[in-house]
Formats: sequence, C-alpha cells, structure tokens
Amino acid sequence: MDFLGIIQILDSALRLATPLLFACLAGLFSERAGIFDIGLEGKILASAFLSAAFAFYTGNVWLGLLAGIVASLMLSAIHGLASITFRGNQLISGVAINFLASGITVVVGEAWFGLGGRTPSLMGGARFAEITLPFADAIRGMPVIGPIYSDLLSGHSILVYFGLLCVPLTWWVLYRTRFGLRLRAVGENPAAVDTAGVSVVGLRYAAVMICGVLCGFAGAYLATALSAGFVKEMSAGRGFIALAALIFAKWRPWYALGATFLFGLLDAFGNRYQSLDLFGVDIPTQFMQALPYILTVVILAGFVGRAIPPRAGGKPYVKER
Amino acid sequence: MTAAGTPPDPDLAIELRGISKSFGPVRANKDIALRVRRGTIHGIIGENGAGKSTLMSILYGFYKADAGEIMIGGKRTEIPDSQAAIDAGIGMVFQHFKLVENFTVLENVVLGAEEGRLLRPSLAKARKLLRQLADDYEMDVDPEAVIEDLGVGQQQRVEILKALYREADILILDEPTGVLTPAEADHLFRILRGLRDEGKTIILITHKLREVMEITDTVSVMRRGEMTATVQTADTSPEELAELMVGRKVLLRVDKAPARPGKAVLEVKNLRVTDVQGVERLKGIDLRIHAGEILGVAGVAGNGQSELLEVLGGYANGTGTIRLNDQTIDLTGTASDARTRRARGIAHVPEDRQREGLIMDYRAWENVGFGYHHDARFNSGIFMDNAALRADCAAKMERFDVRPPDPNLAAKNFSGGNQQKIVLAREIERNPDLLLIGQPTRGVDIGAIEFIHEQIVALRDQGKAILLVSVELDEIMALSDRIAVMFDGRIIGERLPSETDQGELGLLMAGMTGEAAA
Repeated sequence: MDFLGIIQILDSALRLATPLLFACLAGLFSERAGIFDIGLEGKILASAFLSAAFAFYTGNVWLGLLAGIVASLMLSAIHGLASITFRGNQLISGVAINFLASGITVVVGEAWFGLGGRTPSLMGGARFAEITLPFADAIRGMPVIGPIYSDLLSGHSILVYFGLLCVPLTWWVLYRTRFGLRLRAVGENPAAVDTAGVSVVGLRYAAVMICGVLCGFAGAYLATALSAGFVKEMSAGRGFIALAALIFAKWRPWYALGATFLFGLLDAFGNRYQSLDLFGVDIPTQFMQALPYILTVVILAGFVGRAIPPRAGGKPYVKER
Repeated sequence: MTAAGTPPDPDLAIELRGISKSFGPVRANKDIALRVRRGTIHGIIGENGAGKSTLMSILYGFYKADAGEIMIGGKRTEIPDSQAAIDAGIGMVFQHFKLVENFTVLENVVLGAEEGRLLRPSLAKARKLLRQLADDYEMDVDPEAVIEDLGVGQQQRVEILKALYREADILILDEPTGVLTPAEADHLFRILRGLRDEGKTIILITHKLREVMEITDTVSVMRRGEMTATVQTADTSPEELAELMVGRKVLLRVDKAPARPGKAVLEVKNLRVTDVQGVERLKGIDLRIHAGEILGVAGVAGNGQSELLEVLGGYANGTGTIRLNDQTIDLTGTASDARTRRARGIAHVPEDRQREGLIMDYRAWENVGFGYHHDARFNSGIFMDNAALRADCAAKMERFDVRPPDPNLAAKNFSGGNQQKIVLAREIERNPDLLLIGQPTRGVDIGAIEFIHEQIVALRDQGKAILLVSVELDEIMALSDRIAVMFDGRIIGERLPSETDQGELGLLMAGMTGEAAA
C-alpha cells in the first residue's frame, strides 16, 4: 500500500469514526453518571430519520440537525423517566427504545414519503458540505505534509471537526469542572452525592440529556453528512459498536477517540478491500465487512484486559442507610 | 416536653419536639422529644430497630417526619433534604461511609461544597483548610490519597473532615467504632473530645455501653421507637442503661461452667489461602479445637477470619492440612465441597447471614430446609415433601424461640435476631461435631444475644467443638475457652480469657505481639 493509499484509508476511517465518536461520548456521559444506555442505537436511528426528513422539507441542514437532536432527546427523556424517576431496569428501557426507534422510523417514513422507509435523497443545503481548510489547495503539492493536511485533515463536514473538538471538551468538563466531579461521583456512589446535598436525580437527568444531544449529532451526521438521506436501519449497529468502544476506552474521553478511530479504521478497510489475498488465502468480502463487529465481540468478551465500569452503573438509586 | 408553646432554649444545639414517623404500619418513632446541649457529647443508645437511625435520618433530611418539629440552635428549622441539614450546620458520619472510593480525599471533601463551577480553586482552598484541620485535631490524612487505598480508620476521618469542611457545628456519628480497632477507637474519641472542647456538639449513636460510659456527657435511651430516658452519664451505670434499653434486667455475662475439653476434633496445619486477586489471605494457620471447647478467634475484620471460615466450611480452596476427627479433609475443592463437609460433621453459621446464611426472599421453611434436601425424611427421590419441611421448621422455630413462629413468613420479614436464630436452628440441629460460627450476634438485639450465647454454650456442653469468629471483644471474652487473635492472615497470639484483658487483646489485634508491646 502506498502513502496516498494510507492517507485515503485514514481519511475514510475518520469519516466512519465520527458517528461512533459522538455515540461513544454520549454513552460516556450517561454511564459515568451511572445510567447504562443500550438505547444509543435507537437514538442514533431516530435522529438520523428526523434530521433527514426535516432537512428535506426545509432544505436547511441545520434545521435537520436540530430536529435530529430533538428526536434523540425525546428518547432520552423516556429513558430518564423509566430508569431515573421510576427506577426501572435500564437495559430493558434501552431495548424498548431501540425497538421503538427501529419501528417508528420506517412507519413514519413510509407515511411521509412512501419510499419504503427511505427519505428522498438530500441535495445542496440539505446536506452538510465538505469544508476545505485554509491553504489546503495551496500546500497540496508539498510532500508528506501536503496530503496529510489537504486530503486527510481538510475536506470533511463541520460535524467531523466538532466531534473531534468534543473529545477535549468532554475531558475538560469531566475532570476540570464541578459538574464533572459530581457526574463522576454519582456514577460511583450516588449516596455520597446525595448526602453531600446534591440532587442525584438532577445530575442523572443532565447526563442522560447530554447523551441525547450527542446521539442527535451522531444520527444527523449519518443521514446528512456521511450519506445523503435516511435509509431504514441505517445506524447498522453503530450504537452497540460505540458501547464496545466505550468499554475498550475504559470510560475515558481520549481513549474513546482512539477506540472509535480503530473501529472506523476496520470499517474503512472492509470497504476498500472488498476481497483480500493474504499470503495466498482469499479472504472473503463478508469477513472484511464483519471486522468491526468481530472486534466488538472480542472486546465485550473481555479480551482486552479488565475494564472497571462505574460502580453504581445500572443500579437505580434508592435512598437508604 | 411536647408543649409546642415552651420557649426555645438557645443553649440547646438541637431540640426535637414530638417527632413521629411511620413506615406503613410500623411506627419507627413515636412522639420523640430530645434536647441536646451545645458543646456536649450526647449518646443515643438502643437496640437494633429501636428507631435511632430513623431519628437521625429525619435530622439529616433523609426522611420527613410525619409530625413534630426540629429546633436547631433555638430556631425552628425545616429539613426537607440533606442540603438543608448541611445549611443548618449538621454533619453526619454514616455507619457505611458515603465516600467515592476512587476519588481522592480532597475530591471527596469538596464534592457538593465546591466554590464555583471550576474545580481548581475549590481544590486549592480545600487543600489548605485540610492541612489546618489536620493540625488542629490530629487528623492526619494525605489529601491526595485515593480513598480505596486508605484504612477504615482513615476513611472515617475523611468523613469527619467532610463535615468540618462544611462548617458543621453538630456532628452525628452512627455506630462509628464498629469497624475500628481499639486503638483507632481511642484516637477517634480523642478527636471527638477535641471537637467538643472547641464548642461543637456531638451526637454518638451506638449500642456499645462501654463507649457510652467512656465518652458521652449525656445519654438518651431509645426503645421500640420511643425515647425512654435521658440521663447524665456520670449518674448511671452500664447495667441501668442495659435495663432501660431492653426493658428488663439482662445478663451482660454468660453463665458457663469451666470447659472439659476432650479429644481433638479439628486440627489445622499450615493452612494457606490465596484469593482471586492473588493476595495471600491466610499465611499458615495452625490451630486445634477439642470436643467440648469454644475457640474464639478475635481480630479486626479483614485479617483472614472470613477466609478461615470459608475454607473450613468448604467454599474456598486452600493448601495445608485439615484433619477432622483424625481424618484428612481434601482442600483442593474437587473432592470436597460444602456438602461433603456437612456430611462429615461440620456445620457453619456464616458471618453475613443475609448474603450467605439465608435467601431473604424465601420463606422460613425453605431456608431451614437448606442442606437437608437429600435427607430421606424430606425427599422421596423426585418430589420434596414440603409439608414435612414445614413441620420440621415449625418444630425448630419452637425450640429456638423464633418470633413470630410462622414457617411461611419470608426470611426478610424477621428481625435480625430472629433471622440469626433461624440459621442457628438449621445448623445446630444437624448435630455437628464442629460448629463454625461467624459474628453470631452482629445486628442482633440484646435479648436475642443472650439466647444465642446460651445455645452456643449448651452445644459446647454437649461435647461439640466450636470455632467462634467475632469482632466483638466482649463476646469473645464472654464465650471463649481459649482465644486466638488473628492479624494479617496469621494467628498472632493465643490467650486464656482468664489470663488476659481487652487491652492486651486490642494490642494483639493491632499487630503488636506481647514482647513488642511491653
């Protein structure tokens, strides 16, 4: 593989990693606050659909993004209500949200557009355009630096850059602010937060809502930046892959960037090398495309060392002494 | 003191008037009146379930009282949540610490009392203040240490520092010495006296009469949700307090005849246990227990006592030799498990009855039936004879005075003492040669303690061997015929109860052997 080939793969990996990164950070906020969320998938899907639909109707991708975030937030509110207010089982609530999103997007999509659950293709202002970074064209010819800057870093939609920005932002919020301290504490020992006079319920709702906003970005990116419109089940398990990445990343923001990029890279490989001849053995396409999912299983089976989840994760908080 | 019209007394740090609280049909607090004078250490004692914890939870905003009023410093105060309690100058040190284990001391202290939205200035300020508090009150704790690396004594100091950082004037401590060594408890009492001399008010909830006598100025006694008496500590005696707590005279000592040890029942040589994390928990234990003898194992919790019980009971593996009635017991876990141990004559009352002794949601008869499932009396090959199990349970409940004697009641609906009696009935009625018994009276009220102690002594007098593990020194002293002290996975010393005292045992428990302590 030549240098330009590597650049192209990395470029493609960055695009494919972005929705995973948003979803992974979304899960990070929720799980650090002690709310497990396997409904990331459903939220991404709902956001993808509504953002595409609104972008199509209004021709404005920003309104589409907003609609996507609203869709995701609504599902977050359901999850919050079920798991925080009514102290229900967080896994079951998440499963229900995934089913709900999977069904409702197709039903509403068919009712609105009659295209078998798809939205019409988005064009022009209804999609996030690719941004050319300053001087990208000027230095394209330079060796090494040129391709890295002009082809790898430049030429992505604004959401890719925003996603990357979210990593240090999440780190800063988590480790440098009062909110972050409380958020981490409520995921480890909510009783400590409660007895310190801080509302456990309030913190957990805040976390779940942040999770909703970030999933909204993930979904909108899928439908309006990575693709040009919504296709049924287009999230394709990304919510679950993001959860695997979250475990791989040991619930830390910078690691999350690394983990999601690794998944993006595998995805990019699968797309590029439809069939691969490895030392005389013909690797089938299906295997290449299954790589991210195989890695997910490997990670979830615990082959990557011990990852200690937030200690109060998944447990509803009941006041007791 | 129920008259709401009485003028408030500013000399009182806390005054409670007519506090009542019910949980369903259970009246946890009935018309409680309490007056705590400023700058004193005020003890509140009572059996489990007497309502002490409920009362303090109301004071700290965990529960809302159904009726009554709270006066703080002579002012009527509403405490709907913990923040309100903190604002009113109340700090609470819970029995189970409310610390975030993987945070530093500093982060725990600051949590909820930050200066602003950013963390750095809060941490800097707290660091400075902690140093000052450490100097003032002898509370040396490294601010950057992570909680899970600290010992329980230090963790407790962090809880006190948390309260002081929030400028608490009133400090409530719930059973603070349960997890401490005698030396650590003494240190805590020094800290508390220092705080009192500074003018702070301290409420100490405990069931240990010795502590009440040692440190409090005033003591209030609760029984069955009511405040039965408030007396000056100097004017009372442990016997009087015990009587007030239980409502009748109790024996604080166990009447028992001298032991008549027979042949050795259990011989343990060089027993070692390594846990799943690869930490060696038992580092070569040698012991011997004879028929008709109680060997008491004393020690601060976590020094290997639990592992000793587990490996003897057959649910942990180890190396070394264990001989029961002159026959070797396999320790690798493949040929010998808890069931075969039981068949060979070992019965086990585990330390944590709610997790290991009982299934809390199962009925009493189901719990009593555990371990008897292969017994031909109850098992016809395919079907269990549940009626026979129920009848057997009813008989055992009768003999062990379990109240209420209802085999159909779920285990969780019995009080701690009665739960323990259920476990004890199941194990003792196996007629074992060796009884392993861990923390027999943890969370058990005084009346039931008496009964349980009598049963243990009666079993000994039938010529059985008993291994008693307890963190309560009083219990070890009262029951044991010989005392072994465990420290750091070893038996650090063995004493006869007649030739030792709590002071010497306390030193051993802290890891100081006789020569070093002398």
